[in-house]
Amino acid sequence: MNQPLHHPTRVVNRGDRLFRGILRLFGLVVLAIALLILVELWEVARPSVERFGLRFLIETQWDPVREQFGALPFVYGTLVSSLIAILLAVPLGLGVAFFLSEMAPRWLREPVSFLVELLAAIPSVVYGLWGLFVLVPIIRSLELAILRTGLSRVPLFSGAPYGIGMLSAGVVLAIMIVPTVAAVSREVFRAVPDSQREAALALGATRWEAMKVVFDYGRPGIVGAVVLAWGRALGETMAVNMVIGNQPIISASLFSPAHTMASVIASEFNEAVEPMHVAALAEIGLALLGLTLLLSALARLLVLRVERRSRGRQAAQGVTSP
Amino acid sequence: MKVLRWMAGMVLAAALAWTPLAVSAQTIQLNGAGATFPYPLYSLWFEVYRSVSPDVQVNYQAIGSGGGIRQVLAGTVDFGGTDAPLSDEQLASASVPILHIPTVIGSIAVVYNLPGVGTGLKLTPEVLSAIYLGEITQWDDARLKALNPDLRLPSLPIAVVRRSDGSGTTNIFTTYLSAVSPQWAERVGSGTSVSWPVGLGGQGNAGVAGLVRQIPGAIGYVEIAYALQNQMTYAALQNQAGNFVLPSLEATSLAANAPVPEDLRVSIVNTPDPHGYPIAGFTWLLVAQEQPDPVKGKALVEMLWWALHEGQALAPELDYAPLPPNVVALAEAMIASITHQGQPLLER
Repeated sequence: MNQPLHHPTRVVNRGDRLFRGILRLFGLVVLAIALLILVELWEVARPSVERFGLRFLIETQWDPVREQFGALPFVYGTLVSSLIAILLAVPLGLGVAFFLSEMAPRWLREPVSFLVELLAAIPSVVYGLWGLFVLVPIIRSLELAILRTGLSRVPLFSGAPYGIGMLSAGVVLAIMIVPTVAAVSREVFRAVPDSQREAALALGATRWEAMKVVFDYGRPGIVGAVVLAWGRALGETMAVNMVIGNQPIISASLFSPAHTMASVIASEFNEAVEPMHVAALAEIGLALLGLTLLLSALARLLVLRVERRSRGRQAAQGVTSP
Repeated sequence: MKVLRWMAGMVLAAALAWTPLAVSAQTIQLNGAGATFPYPLYSLWFEVYRSVSPDVQVNYQAIGSGGGIRQVLAGTVDFGGTDAPLSDEQLASASVPILHIPTVIGSIAVVYNLPGVGTGLKLTPEVLSAIYLGEITQWDDARLKALNPDLRLPSLPIAVVRRSDGSGTTNIFTTYLSAVSPQWAERVGSGTSVSWPVGLGGQGNAGVAGLVRQIPGAIGYVEIAYALQNQMTYAALQNQAGNFVLPSLEATSLAANAPVPEDLRVSIVNTPDPHGYPIAGFTWLLVAQEQPDPVKGKALVEMLWWALHEGQALAPELDYAPLPPNVVALAEAMIASITHQGQPLLER
């Protein structure tokens, strides 16, 4: 009555096979959706792609009446507003994450984490309204103050003090992506083994030096957090739309109104009547997709390099330590 | 109060929509989509219309004029809504003749935020277009002072505000500026989205109203309902006859008191009527002249007839101006021309 035991990897009963099939189907559905989006966008955008070619990306004129379409001001606005957001949000988000994972007493940790995550759940139109009615007046008075100091001769601070513009958009975006940076990098810090901290402290490191060890260990994960947050800032529409002033110009000033790719699509698509206008908007969508893909690819490369370097360093340390 | 009543209406509508009893087997569904500008009125109309004609249910999706036109041309809706008439090419591309049936007239108020200055700042078409072209940049400009000798205009820079989203409101406003200023027509032109020489873009009427209220020295344009509901100050514009007119409902209705073509596919900005307000426009329902389904077609013409008559009385309540008699007569003739297999559907 000795039944031979099946080798575990060779178990192929009907349920397993079905399950594998379903999972494969799910995977394919995701691929198919991405592909369909691409195909559909391409189809709608084709008249514009054929007419303007690569000029579309370097022209600055956006005139729906004369059907002259150039996307450069929108690309510029998207990149600059998201960069401002990243510059503001990354230090803040990392600080929050570090505090929560390394320093906060337990009774404080849970409520603060909860609040940070709550920020991520607020709809973007609420951020937009808050930005318009609370943040913009604050930024306007800041701009007025700068105007009085005479700093407005510097191109970065020139222009009329509307309050609306690139800076407001960057700040609203920064607040929106802080939770992403904070939540992801907190998990990264938590994943750093305690042995690393203990080793650093045992070697006589100060708190600050031990923190650097933790930070170093988590570097690939932090790069991931930043890229995730950046992706969100690139695609954010409503909140930006409400505070950026929606003027397709390229200006060196932080106070100048600007426009973004996501914002112009949301603004003009509903009432776009002429086929070429619709096509040009779809091409902006295509360009935004391309930009996001480029960013993810760059991030992948960066993560790989950082990982390889830190692995190399660990190996080297392993050799030299007695 | 008005807003409250409207909200109560919407809640009631939502409650009714959830009641399974409300939808019987014989209910005829008419589906429409398009302009957002008349949406508050249309939702009131179609709710009231259910008590007039209980077996007809009209759905209207406010997806924008552009979407309304596309859906009508594709034949996916029973009627469309638009604030901008179809172009000749678009009409030619339709598989069946499309009628433009006007429903109400909307006017656009030029609003401003000037400390110490109330409603009634006088503006001429030349000055308004110069402001939007970026040629007049200060409130104490000599041309503004000459028009308003009694007002103490502050020495503030003018912050020009306009819509950032494509909209029928922008179309009417830029059509007006093109009609009165050759320079505007040449440099900018008209449309639902244009390339603005100057100005901050606000999202929707609410966004423009918000910016104007916040920035001292701002000027903008919004549908009259927004100006009234937000208690904003607005300008009296000089019309063709030379009178300065405020955008009252009467003055708006008078804007259509002009020789209009039979197909009513016309802009009524810069009206010749001596008491008409110059920045006004029709909003239309787009309907196929030959209806594929006799039952639906019949329900549709009945609904249109009702909107042109009883429906007009509801318009002022929501700050839309009713159609003047000359326009109603032309629209009646158009409804009478709607057919199924060549047979008129309207029985009167």
